[in-house]
Amino acid sequence: MSVALAPAGAAAAAARLAHPAARTLIRRHHLRWWEALPWAAAIGFYFAFPAYLAFGTELLITVLFALSLDLALGYAGIITLGHAAFFGAGAYAVGLLAFHGIWTEPITSLALAALVAAAIGFASGLVLLRTRGLTLLMLTICTMALLQEAANMAHDYTGGFDGLPNLPIAPVFGVFAFNPLYDNTQYLYALAVLLVSFLFVRTLVYSPFGQSLTGIRENLLRMHAVGAPVRWRLTVCYTISAALAGVAGGLWAQTNAYVNLSALDLDRAATVLIILILGGYGRLYGAFVGAVVYLALEHFLARVYPTAWQLGLGLLLVLIALFAHNGILGIGAMLWRRYGRGRAEA
Amino acid sequence: MFATHSPFAVGWGAGSLVIENIDFAGILLGGLSAGTVLFIVSVGLSITMGLMGFVNLAHGAFAMFGGYVIVLAMNRAHVGFAAALALGFLAAAALGAVLERLLYRRLYRAGELDQVLFTIGLIFIFIAATVIVVGPESQLLTLPQSLRGQLDLGFTHYRTYSVFLIVVGFLIVAGIWLAIERTRIGAQIRATVDNRRMAESLGINVDRLFTITFAFGSGMAAIGGGLGAEFLGLDPQYALKYLVYFLIVVSVGGLGSVVGVYCAALLLGVLDFVLKLYVPKGGTMFIYVLTILLLLWRPQGLFGRKET
Repeated sequence: MSVALAPAGAAAAAARLAHPAARTLIRRHHLRWWEALPWAAAIGFYFAFPAYLAFGTELLITVLFALSLDLALGYAGIITLGHAAFFGAGAYAVGLLAFHGIWTEPITSLALAALVAAAIGFASGLVLLRTRGLTLLMLTICTMALLQEAANMAHDYTGGFDGLPNLPIAPVFGVFAFNPLYDNTQYLYALAVLLVSFLFVRTLVYSPFGQSLTGIRENLLRMHAVGAPVRWRLTVCYTISAALAGVAGGLWAQTNAYVNLSALDLDRAATVLIILILGGYGRLYGAFVGAVVYLALEHFLARVYPTAWQLGLGLLLVLIALFAHNGILGIGAMLWRRYGRGRAEA
Repeated sequence: MFATHSPFAVGWGAGSLVIENIDFAGILLGGLSAGTVLFIVSVGLSITMGLMGFVNLAHGAFAMFGGYVIVLAMNRAHVGFAAALALGFLAAAALGAVLERLLYRRLYRAGELDQVLFTIGLIFIFIAATVIVVGPESQLLTLPQSLRGQLDLGFTHYRTYSVFLIVVGFLIVAGIWLAIERTRIGAQIRATVDNRRMAESLGINVDRLFTITFAFGSGMAAIGGGLGAEFLGLDPQYALKYLVYFLIVVSVGGLGSVVGVYCAALLLGVLDFVLKLYVPKGGTMFIYVLTILLLLWRPQGLFGRKET
């Protein structure tokens, strides 16, 4: 858009707009027809598989969690293995408020979960984001482990290892109650939250702010050189990413009606990282593809053949790392470039 | 799928270790021997990460593989302890060399994320392969008669095996230090860490150096896996269960610094022992707090060099 504001006059601006690169740049953030597909599929799933709505809800929450990680990892290039810290913070915020009978209204609870996670993300981001590489990786892991230990030790409030069961969650809008046997409300509620969050993230990454994040990821020195407030941008991005992870965690606590220490586990953080890299990071829809592939395989294969599932997953990850470089969507983009119309979309 | 229990819940006191004399010297020795095990497993990781800049999360898998070779050789083939350790070293080193040549090499220039994905995938393959070939149960190490019992140290009595571990660890760190500082290949390693391009243009075969270092690191991990089987146990989930501990030691010690890893491992081992004893509630918490503070104070690790 800065192209249109160039000082060389309207004619020159129009001439530049005619340039294919300029047009690509401007059109890039426009919604495309295939972007409706995941949502159509999600609604179709609701009617087609009413028996699998609990699985569907888990899937939607995982997509949201992976999407929040994509913002930090895929766009800003913050390599973290501790993102479950924020998932857990959101989950425990919702859980503690509901369990102790302080606040049970679901939507405002989610906002509070986002706030708590954002506060933790901001505070830790201020300190941690000065480091990079292995040090940053370790600091994120240790922060998460510390929160988990804290949740474990505050046994009187958090239930410790056993967690908080049977959370009372008020109906959505005071009308649609969460039924533990039928997940219809949970599914649609999670879908709505995911849609709103996705539109927010999508707007954010195509905004000038999002562009500067990509710049920091691609060339840190140059962004310093052009005078971008790098640390500040990273901290803000980390905070937003933490808030979204907190929403995912809060959603998880509400739809399952329980919280336990697994919300803060390294397993969870590593799994969401795998899901995101599997799908393709830094491309918004990688979170969707990765979560669907991973959870579907886990849900239907792991229950029957746990060892074979682990072997197959291992082989899949190794092959993707060796040959694909950016997950399943990376393969898609490569095939599209090679055999399609010569230009990548995604 | 990841392990059902995280390393935080288990910790490393889960082996058969029983603390008998709870005096200061005893605590110190226990912590030192635990730290020594951690050092032997992690030292290869530190060297390869410092040299090649590769995030090898699967390092613990080589320790597990070697540990299995050692324990199974002793329990099923009745090989002696020393011979089994040598066998484990050779097997893990050979496996490391093959994997480095075939797979790892392709990813040296890839991003950290691809390396993370690749090595986590490798861990899963190791876990599944171990379950299929050996079985899901954990393996027990039977110590030779000469290493059992107590040893009179003059000022205190302590388990012979722990003292043996501490001595072995010291010999290993001294040996590696001498090898890096005083031998030709050590000089080549230092040159490559300093400036890979310059080293290559001086005629150092960097590819060969990488393979040798990687194989050696894997072999050391195997020794650590075998020697530490008593503390850490040995089961298919090993590589995931202790991953965080290995990474903490390497990052606190400083990438590529052998002495740094040794000090960090001993420090964490002793602190873990002391805190678990005196503050059983939340003993692991201090390790994380300490790691965070140390890394914030010195992001490159205690003995790591500042990035230029």
